[in-house]
Amino acid sequence: MGRLGGALMSEFEPKIVAFVCNWCTYAGADLTGTSRIKYASNVKIVRFPCTGRIDFMLLLKAFAEGADGIIVSGCHPNDCHYTSGNFHARRRWVIFRGLLNFMGIDVNRIQFSWVSAAEGAKWADVVNGTVTTIRELGPYTEYRKAADYLVQQDKSIIDGQEALIKSVSSL
Amino acid sequence: MKKCFISLAGLQRWLNVLIDTQKHLYAPVNKGAKVDFGRVASADEIVFDHIQTTQSAKSVAFPRTDVLFSYEKEKGKVQLENADLTAYPETVVFGLHPCDAAGFNPLGAIFNWDYKDELYNARMERTVVITLACTKADEYCFCTSVNGGPGNTVGSDIQLTPVKDGFLAEILTEKGEALVKADEAAFEADRGDVKEKYLVKLPEKFDIKTVQEKLQTAFESPIWKAQSQRCIGCGACAYVCPTCACFDIQEDAHGTKGKRLRCWDSCGFALFTLHTSGHNPRQTQAQRWRQRLLHKFSYMPDRLSVRGCTGCGRCSRACPVDMNIAEHLRSI
Amino acid sequence: MEDVLIEKKPAIAGNSFSGELQKTANELLQSGEVELFIGYEEGTRFPRPCFIASTDEVGKLIFDDRCTGNLAVYLTRKDLIGDKKVGITASYFALRSILRLLTEHQIQLDKLVVLTVSAEKEVIRFATTDDITAYLQTAPIPVREDDKALIEKLNAMSREERWEFWSAELSKCFKCYACRAACPMCYCTKCIVEENRPQWIQPWASTLANIEWHINRAMHMTGRCADCGACGAACPLGLPIHLLSHQIVQEVTDNFALDVNQAVSGDNALSTFKPEDKENFIK
Repeated sequence: MGRLGGALMSEFEPKIVAFVCNWCTYAGADLTGTSRIKYASNVKIVRFPCTGRIDFMLLLKAFAEGADGIIVSGCHPNDCHYTSGNFHARRRWVIFRGLLNFMGIDVNRIQFSWVSAAEGAKWADVVNGTVTTIRELGPYTEYRKAADYLVQQDKSIIDGQEALIKSVSSL
Repeated sequence: MKKCFISLAGLQRWLNVLIDTQKHLYAPVNKGAKVDFGRVASADEIVFDHIQTTQSAKSVAFPRTDVLFSYEKEKGKVQLENADLTAYPETVVFGLHPCDAAGFNPLGAIFNWDYKDELYNARMERTVVITLACTKADEYCFCTSVNGGPGNTVGSDIQLTPVKDGFLAEILTEKGEALVKADEAAFEADRGDVKEKYLVKLPEKFDIKTVQEKLQTAFESPIWKAQSQRCIGCGACAYVCPTCACFDIQEDAHGTKGKRLRCWDSCGFALFTLHTSGHNPRQTQAQRWRQRLLHKFSYMPDRLSVRGCTGCGRCSRACPVDMNIAEHLRSI
Repeated sequence: MEDVLIEKKPAIAGNSFSGELQKTANELLQSGEVELFIGYEEGTRFPRPCFIASTDEVGKLIFDDRCTGNLAVYLTRKDLIGDKKVGITASYFALRSILRLLTEHQIQLDKLVVLTVSAEKEVIRFATTDDITAYLQTAPIPVREDDKALIEKLNAMSREERWEFWSAELSKCFKCYACRAACPMCYCTKCIVEENRPQWIQPWASTLANIEWHINRAMHMTGRCADCGACGAACPLGLPIHLLSHQIVQEVTDNFALDVNQAVSGDNALSTFKPEDKENFIK
């Protein structure tokens, strides 16, 4: 088991989705590239006008659709292109993170950062650090199991459908 | 019909045999502070002394979310695959009360009104219903007011009545007989117990004939507004009801493939009748409440010769604002 | 037969403060100061909301410790209230909801007579929002012992155990939306679950779709929730969903240095900010 487990773990490549703002972090990530700094290729970047625009539902959808980890990053406080978008975002993340933790959703899988347009090296560190963390945590199957809607239903009257669903979803 | 006696130990042994023969057994179990139906792995999980489970047993044949078919588009071609009805499990529902079993009658009428619903029918074919006659009732129960009763056998394949030291078993259908055969030795000879002696006496709360007559001309009545004032428009009553059959069709789409689903809906929701144009023919909660009562006590008897209510009282127990249906019917 | 019985409703419990209240409601209706009075009447097992439009019906009114439902939910119902002047008996938590509805411009105080009955059995009438705030700061906050115990239990759990607990509980939810219907703050004409372009939340009942719904419901309560517990009390399946909105209240008060009464009477906690807001996780 140890050997097999080890082999499986080393094969696990975390899927990371990064939600970043256009003005700071996206430009920062650009700088990482133009500076020829190498970093893990596990991340898929989604560009937003501002961290204030990043709805918490996007994070939940990312987990449901297969992300093992998430990065949310934007301008440092006082540097927001729209003056206060990141301050609003910060409040939202404080509340959201607290709620997720209360519900037992793994907040260690979400990395919140401030990365400016000048911080190309920091972006590489953020991505590499997140990949390392998620590699240790393993795939987030726990959450995706809940997304597999009919199979995971309450052990109530409905779960007799299990066989049916398996047969139907074999498509 | 055959009558037998079965002890509690015998009953549990028989149910465990059924579980061992790969049948899915659903029965009332403790869920937090409530009692509700759940799939059981052993007969000793079953709760016997509850008045009523929170939900009805309808989801055995009409689950809250059901797959109608799957589809996939590939190279311009669409592949459809219907739900595999043969994959539905052999199911035994145990411990539901006569009001729940009676609910399969109107439910079946709705699902076979014009179109024969294959999913519902396939599930019902594979389901055996074992009811527990009622020796207790609470202030919400009113089966006797809607032509039911604590020992009513409509919809049951087997009915058990708790008697001294065990149960009087009435084997009512062939399905029931087949089920008994799984462990015939558990059943003993009838002791001559008089069923009626053990049943709860539940006085009628209203005269159903009078109510139904009054409803014929009640469409414009001010009572709907008066009664529904406190209704907050949730779907709790419909979802716990053994006969409510309204559903919505939804699409679980992922790119080029997906599933089409049928899921529960309720006439109590404003969204239920909202048109794309923005017009809503049932604009107020009063209209929606009227629809609920008229559908159950006027339209269904007229069109399908069944009543959409079995007197289980669940809607009234589940209602956050105590819309007590028996009380409302009485006041019409 | 010992077995043969019809279970009776529990005996009326708690302190009854109804007499004084009936007198006040009678005066209000008689003088025409209010056209509709929203209060509680005796129900099948527990008190339930009632709507009184004439003095003949005033005798039904009750108010006691069992009247915990949040009547403020009816104040935004145009089909019930229209342009009428309305009187309401508000529980401690309903007063908070009324404050929030006033802040969000959903109701107007000049069309509303807000009453409560204090622990000293006095009928109190509030003239201004400041009066309500002052009362909320001094009156004892009703405690729900069961909730306290469950919260302690949850906080003592590991993250995995909490996930186990919540995913199992929320998997039972069948989306009747009684939680939404019972909440005074859920007055949106179109709820997020009814949005289908895009379809943020899957409309059917299943574990994840239920979890997403309840996270949304709780998040949308940030800085608005009165912590009345009406959502949990309304749940026909008895799911402790009010603990989610309670957690939000906790997060707001802990992180933004606001007490609940301040939070509900001020600008929305999420549409305001302070540059010096603290967190320890953005790196």
